[in-house]
Amino acid sequence: MSDQIHREESFTFDRHVLDYIQKAAEHGLYDIRGLGAKRRLPTFDDLVFLTASASRYPLEGYREKCVSKTVLGTRFAKKPVELETPVTIAGMSFGALSANVKEALGRAATEIGTSTTTGDGGMTPEERQSSKTLVYQCLPSRYGFNPDDLRKANAIELVIGQGAKPGGGGMLLGQKVSERVAGMRTLPVGIDQRSACRHPDWTGPDDLTIKINELREITDWQVPIYVKMGATRVREDVKLAVKAGADVVVIDGMQGGTAATQQCFIEHAGIPTLAALPLAVQALEEMDVFGTVQLIISGGIRSGADVAKALALGADAVAIGQAVLMALGCNSSTYSQAGERIDATDDYKKLGTAPGYCHHCHTGRCPVGITTQAPDLETRMTPEWGAKRLKNYLQVLTMELTTLARACGKSNVHHLEREDLVALTIEAAAMAKVPLAGTNWIPGQT
Amino acid sequence: MDRVIPLDLARLTVRELNDFLHHRLPTGDAVRVEILNPNGMHNLAVGLDAPADIDILGHAGYFIAGMNKRANVTVHGNVGWSVAENFMSGTVRVKGCASECAGASGHGGLLVIEEDASSRCGISMKGSDIVVGGSVGHMSAFMAQAGTLVVCGDAGGSLGDSLYEAMIYVGGKIHSLGADAQEEPMTATDVARVTDLLTRAGITRDPKSFKRVASKRSLYHWHADAGQEY
Ligand SMILES: Cc1cc2nc3c(=O)[nH]c(=O)nc-3n(C[C@H](O)[C@H](O)[C@H](O)COP(=O)(O)O)c2cc1C
Ligand code: SF4
Repeated sequence: MSDQIHREESFTFDRHVLDYIQKAAEHGLYDIRGLGAKRRLPTFDDLVFLTASASRYPLEGYREKCVSKTVLGTRFAKKPVELETPVTIAGMSFGALSANVKEALGRAATEIGTSTTTGDGGMTPEERQSSKTLVYQCLPSRYGFNPDDLRKANAIELVIGQGAKPGGGGMLLGQKVSERVAGMRTLPVGIDQRSACRHPDWTGPDDLTIKINELREITDWQVPIYVKMGATRVREDVKLAVKAGADVVVIDGMQGGTAATQQCFIEHAGIPTLAALPLAVQALEEMDVFGTVQLIISGGIRSGADVAKALALGADAVAIGQAVLMALGCNSSTYSQAGERIDATDDYKKLGTAPGYCHHCHTGRCPVGITTQAPDLETRMTPEWGAKRLKNYLQVLTMELTTLARACGKSNVHHLEREDLVALTIEAAAMAKVPLAGTNWIPGQT
Repeated sequence: MDRVIPLDLARLTVRELNDFLHHRLPTGDAVRVEILNPNGMHNLAVGLDAPADIDILGHAGYFIAGMNKRANVTVHGNVGWSVAENFMSGTVRVKGCASECAGASGHGGLLVIEEDASSRCGISMKGSDIVVGGSVGHMSAFMAQAGTLVVCGDAGGSLGDSLYEAMIYVGGKIHSLGADAQEEPMTATDVARVTDLLTRAGITRDPKSFKRVASKRSLYHWHADAGQEY
């Protein structure tokens, strides 16, 4: 008998699938986790800019001005949101994130001149105080939702869905439901808290119109109303949101992050951000409101190049979530304490993971103190340190954006256009609706 | 005598009405506002934050008295969806029937529906009290977190599905209970709670004839043997 071990891994039942089946059989529960889709998807990396040359001339990188000012909510609101950069901070709840992190986001955003967004669980006073421009989410759960905070907001975001879990509700597992979190949500401490997937007081687009009007009436038509949706039937959904009266539409692609949801949602529901954005733009153009109703895109935005490409494809701004956490040290092997870097590898190990692979936000035991309510962990990320890191990161995104815009000959980042892009793959060309590099071919169009 | 301010929706827009109620209500004296010709309009008297008495003389549409604070709003007719949604305090009274989602996610205050309420009455409620003189439709008090729903008539299917800490009392028949809701014996505290709410609602019923429905709390922690979908 040969002592050779025959190793032919099955493509259909590879080690990941085996592990999934074994775990399901052992626990009788599906996997819940944080962050976004991990599988390979077409992304903005599959596009490149046709920067200036003889046929177009570039702007001088250091000397010539390139405007990044961004105005959102010009359709109906008396006070549109005015930002210094089109990079905004996505809605992430206090509960999912620690109070320190929320404060850090507010401080950094205020210094850079952009907005932060509340999340499921309501507005904390620290957040309102630290963030000059704060968007208040109205979610299906309505946890902590109240008219006083509504009137304190600079904009309202009615959340219909998220890219990580379109059609699904939210969850916050018991270990994160501290006394303060439970108090804000009117729930018992330590229970696994579910958020509904549908709003309690309206269903369907006709009701949405009336709901938006109610929010406008309560806030005296002062502030913009955003409608946020996970990217599925984007063209139809954007049209319905516009018809219902949204000032701003937010589309969150399938790569979008979450603090906790079912793995089957994260990897198998919704369409990639790259495919969603052109559909949203198409819907706005078909309704003749492109430029009147602003578009924010999110889901997997990482760099200034991603932001520039999103703007070139027609977005007015982007929102970032996971990248914010990463700027604060998510998946880093160390955290900072009194100027020292402290190794956190053992804490990752306790979660059964390692730096670079962690997606354990749902556990509340974040090794670097970001997605936690535990007193021993949340001090690992101080507002001062976090604000500095995030400010730097936002600054880099904006600088990369203006650098690329100048190289395309634009004195305003919002002048970037589809024409400035080509695709490196056939898939990206078809989704982004730009030609495959070196050809005039846009699959499905030309 | 109260000072009565008539506001006629045959002449004013909803925006003008709400603007008046938000910013130009006289303070000091007891004020009563009469809203004439509501004709099923939506978003009337939303976002109030004043101790005024508001009478809506006729049928009204969606979100009436939404997010109310302190005001006492009475609708002399029927209302559409989501009356008093997310209300915080004060009293909202509907003399007729209410459509779906009456009192959705209300945080505080008292909502009285003198006749019937449709489906999802008290959905997601977070501390308010609701008294319904007649019956309620299916999925009422779905995911209700805190507060009290008193139903003098019958309750439709799946009452109290995924209930948290809110309490439900039903005078008539319960068509069916939702996941994690169970009927429990009435205690003296429950009888006192129902008595108080019926008195405040101005409804005469024997409080001892009510059944109490509360959460089994078996969905509070995520485990495979709960036998429920999450
Ligand atoms: C930790 C965390 C918490 C989140 N909480 C919320 C929330 O409360 N409400 C919401 O609409 N979206 C929430 N999201 C989704 C973000 O708002 C946003 O849609 C997403 O993060 C964008 O994709 P990105 O993470 O790839 O940048 C959360 C995301 C993360 C990572
Ligand atoms: S390091 Fe923290 S924030 Fe990052 S994935 Fe792990 S638990 Fe989530």
